[in-house]
Amino acid sequence: MKIAIIKYNAGNIRSVLYALERIGHTALVTDNAGEIINADKVIFPGVGEASTAMNYLKERKLDSLICSLTQPVLGICLGMQLMCKYSEENDTKCLGIFEETIKKFASQPPKEGLKVPQIGWNSIFDLKTNLFKNIPNNSYCYFVHGYYAGQGEHTIATTDYVQPYASALQKDNFFGVQFHPEKSASTGETILKNFLEL
Amino acid sequence: MLTKRIIPCLDIKDGRTVKGTNFINLRDAGDPVELGALYANEGADELVFLDITATVEKRKTLSELVNKIAHHVNIPFTVGGGISSVEDVYVLLNNGADKISVNTSAFKNPQLINNLAKEFGSQCVVLAIDSKKEDDKEWYVYLNGGRTKTSKKCFDWAKEAVDRGAGEILLTSMNHDGTKNGFAIEITKLLSQNLPVPIIASGGAGNMAHFVEVFEKASADAALAASIFHFKEIPIPGLKQYLATKNISVRL
Repeated sequence: MKIAIIKYNAGNIRSVLYALERIGHTALVTDNAGEIINADKVIFPGVGEASTAMNYLKERKLDSLICSLTQPVLGICLGMQLMCKYSEENDTKCLGIFEETIKKFASQPPKEGLKVPQIGWNSIFDLKTNLFKNIPNNSYCYFVHGYYAGQGEHTIATTDYVQPYASALQKDNFFGVQFHPEKSASTGETILKNFLEL
Repeated sequence: MLTKRIIPCLDIKDGRTVKGTNFINLRDAGDPVELGALYANEGADELVFLDITATVEKRKTLSELVNKIAHHVNIPFTVGGGISSVEDVYVLLNNGADKISVNTSAFKNPQLINNLAKEFGSQCVVLAIDSKKEDDKEWYVYLNGGRTKTSKKCFDWAKEAVDRGAGEILLTSMNHDGTKNGFAIEITKLLSQNLPVPIIASGGAGNMAHFVEVFEKASADAALAASIFHFKEIPIPGLKQYLATKNISVRL
């Protein structure tokens, strides 16, 4: 199986590569259009800031390339957010694969214990699609984010922080997860395996 | 809901864990990679690796070690010790570290925090503070592994660092570290209830009740310990089960 990890100016790309290696797969980290189009599965990872990442994608014409892909595509964290329509983070127009918009968590008094960004392990529930095959409701995944996608028709997993929000999205061949499966212990490994089996 | 995190800390020197461990089922207890993977399998939520070699000629050893850890460990990990530039951090993150921690270098050059946050994002910038309560009842910042006192108060420095872009604070109480009498509740609470970033409490863990106390009374977001985990005085699975029975939200 040919797996392409889209290379761009976001952090955490190596972590995804290593996680795939742990479950017995190799992947190509690439920004080459041909290599991405010809892959069986495409992963669009990312940690970073939305507008900088979008500018980078546009400069290299990766934005239109990603939207045109027909094989299963998995966006992770910032990758998922960039697949949405718009992000409040520096007023950024995104790829528009998902209708959802990305909003900033409302800041909470520190005493409430709900700090922004959310950092740590939170549960995912109302799981839909085979991406979550064999994943029990309320399994824990690792999250690091200050912006979130609201719930909508594409929501395939929900998490509660400040309010319920979409921790995973799906439309056609496009999947996105807000958490980091590559850092979410055995739960994350099962989700990555499921994605590769789609 | 978001869970409280349990974080074992491994001290590294020349690529090996420093403090002895009594993990009899490990082939090599001095191997940070194997020990880290074992903690991850036992349910640790994150790992912290502190390099106490931290000399220039050993940096390459550390980046190679970080790369090995990143290959074998399936939970997030932080690397600290001797980091003083954007370039240092770039190498560690590029080798697979999720976060880095800075301490003395950030105190001496606070702009480093701004630069790191801008370059890599606040989510991967942890500010470590070693603090000690003096006779005047105030908590002061210490540098160089607790050897050098400063006149800066702990809360003031923590707040400044957060304003500059630190995404988490790793707070070690020198009064409590090594005592096994419990975490520093007062200063941990002051930080966690007044700063908008997560606080990792460190120093003083001796029994399971101490963890309940630091989460409930001090509102810590995470608790870090070293020897009690290395010497199996507190097994991580047992600790998390215990916390769950005390209605502390943990990942089981």
